Amino acid sequence: MEQFAAVKRSKDGQPVRYLIVDDSVFARKNLARMIETFGGQVAAEAGDGLTAISEFDRTHPDIVLMDITMPQMEGIEAAERIVQQHPEARIVMVSSVGYQENIVAALQRGARHFVQKPVKAEVLYEVIKYVLGEDGAVVAAAGAGA
Amino acid sequence: MKMELIQPFINAADAVLSQGLQGATKVGNLTMEEQAYRRKGVAGMIALTGDIEGRIILDLEPQTAVRVASHYAGTELPESDGLIKETIFELANQVVGNAISALNDQGFHFRVHPPSLHTAEEGDKTSEDTEALMICFETSLGNVFMNVALRHNRRRMADHAAVGA
Repeated sequence: MEQFAAVKRSKDGQPVRYLIVDDSVFARKNLARMIETFGGQVAAEAGDGLTAISEFDRTHPDIVLMDITMPQMEGIEAAERIVQQHPEARIVMVSSVGYQENIVAALQRGARHFVQKPVKAEVLYEVIKYVLGEDGAVVAAAGAGA
Repeated sequence: MKMELIQPFINAADAVLSQGLQGATKVGNLTMEEQAYRRKGVAGMIALTGDIEGRIILDLEPQTAVRVASHYAGTELPESDGLIKETIFELANQVVGNAISALNDQGFHFRVHPPSLHTAEEGDKTSEDTEALMICFETSLGNVFMNVALRHNRRRMADHAAVGA
């Protein structure tokens, strides 16, 4: 898999911590592998929206990657609940269902961005840098022991 | 079933498989299932409800499913690994998600249901209001079959017509 210049937290130079939310184990593993190539760290994983909320409270990740169609509680509702409690939360929706209504609904309810599946690593990388803004810093090549 | 409904699914499967398997995908035979559908191996099914109703099945022969899942996992998986089923589910999810995104932008509205394992040896065949089509995608790791059975939701269409009148 392609390697990217590592994106770290600008305040302390530590890896960006991610919460990955998807009901598919396959999708979670795929995103986790991409995150590693960005120099990031998986803080937690969740398979549904309800678990995502509790995992956010427990781990306070820098970024949440959130699927939409999931059992128990869908991603858009979970994103809204997290942002209500934590307005600073950075949530990126990652879904194969990428029609305009869905994207608008997600953004209106607190998501910061949207990436359509199948996820291209270079697209996700750019979105993460954008969403982190000044809180993220590109520091060195990832995967070089950083 | 009009081709304008089928084409987004073919385009989506072609794009998802080409990108994921990092190689050209050839769209092979397109056939109508006159007989009951016979499962080939590991089959993930996704149901759709809304303006168009029905289901999509992504079906791979067992050895092809192992090769495809191993490719995504980046390591050789045993045939019994649960990740093989998960991989086929997620591929089906991506194909359907991308296709309905295109159809939604054309004015059709859907609800996508979570994938499930299609375990029956036989499935639907073409009926008066539901045509089942089978499309074969030839990839470097083997053939991927997509069975599409959709029908217009007449009640929903009548509701739309009444609102528009």
